[in-house]
Amino acid sequence: MRDLIYLIVGIFFGIVLFKSEAASWFRIYEMFQFDAFHMYGIIGSALVLGVLFTQWIKRGNKKSLFGEEIKIADKEKSIARYAIGGILFGLGWALAGACPGPMYTLLGAGFLPILVVIFGALLGTFVYGLLKNKLPH
Amino acid sequence: MDSILKPWPWYVSGPLIAFTMAILIMLGKRFGMSSNLRTLCTIAGGDKAAEFFRFDWKSQRWNLIVMVGVIMGGFVAVNFLTIDESVAISTETVAKLKQLGFHSAGSSYMPTEFFANEVFSDPKTLFILVLGGFLVGFGARYAGGCTSGHAISGLSNLQLPSLIAVIGFFAGGLLMIHFIFPLLF
Repeated sequence: MRDLIYLIVGIFFGIVLFKSEAASWFRIYEMFQFDAFHMYGIIGSALVLGVLFTQWIKRGNKKSLFGEEIKIADKEKSIARYAIGGILFGLGWALAGACPGPMYTLLGAGFLPILVVIFGALLGTFVYGLLKNKLPH
Repeated sequence: MDSILKPWPWYVSGPLIAFTMAILIMLGKRFGMSSNLRTLCTIAGGDKAAEFFRFDWKSQRWNLIVMVGVIMGGFVAVNFLTIDESVAISTETVAKLKQLGFHSAGSSYMPTEFFANEVFSDPKTLFILVLGGFLVGFGARYAGGCTSGHAISGLSNLQLPSLIAVIGFFAGGLLMIHFIFPLLF
């Protein structure tokens, strides 16, 4: 039953990513050119509601729909890993025009070359795993 | 029905993305798409190569199911919820892209120069796609999250690390589009 809920949430999110055009390479390029408000509107409005929701959850020990305690962990403190990792991610985001969520959406939408991007992303994840202890964090 | 079949405006899409995060939190989970890449590496045997991949991947099974759903969602959206999939980007953007040689700008969902099946026999484009993916995968794990984990969830939780990561995302993206694209195309 829970699995079915996760699947429905995924399907819903996949539809939103496609229909919002956040999964379109063109929208990402346009965002980095500051030529349209579209992507900023999406991220901005998601954030306003996201902040309100998250703060509401954190004030007053809300229970999950399954009656369990909800824990929203803080990110561990650091600067180097977020700055360097973030810049590398941004370079790839702009080049491939897709972050991880849209990659899955585009696969379902039938853009088969996205498989090459996903392969690259798995490779990048794997190489990070190998080098993790040698990198500044 | 007509407005569902058209592209969804930002003021509908943004709240629906926030809703996705809210539902996952209400289910006791979290909103993070790139974690699945690590889980997939572990399933493929990465745990034999590095400590980073030694974790109980079954604890992330729920997120893999979400990922399968996202794939299915893309299929549903393109086949049943879309009539014209071309993306109406701004005329300035179209002009800039045509100058770089992206002639499909304004008339398709993805640039055919990168995402038509012909690219499978084009080594330069294949290299670009692998490189783009590599940077996304490597950078997301190094930064501990991607757009969903940092830009939406992390900032919603007012996390300074996520703000640093998101500034990094934009710095990297601007660098790519404004300084590296002119060298590549």
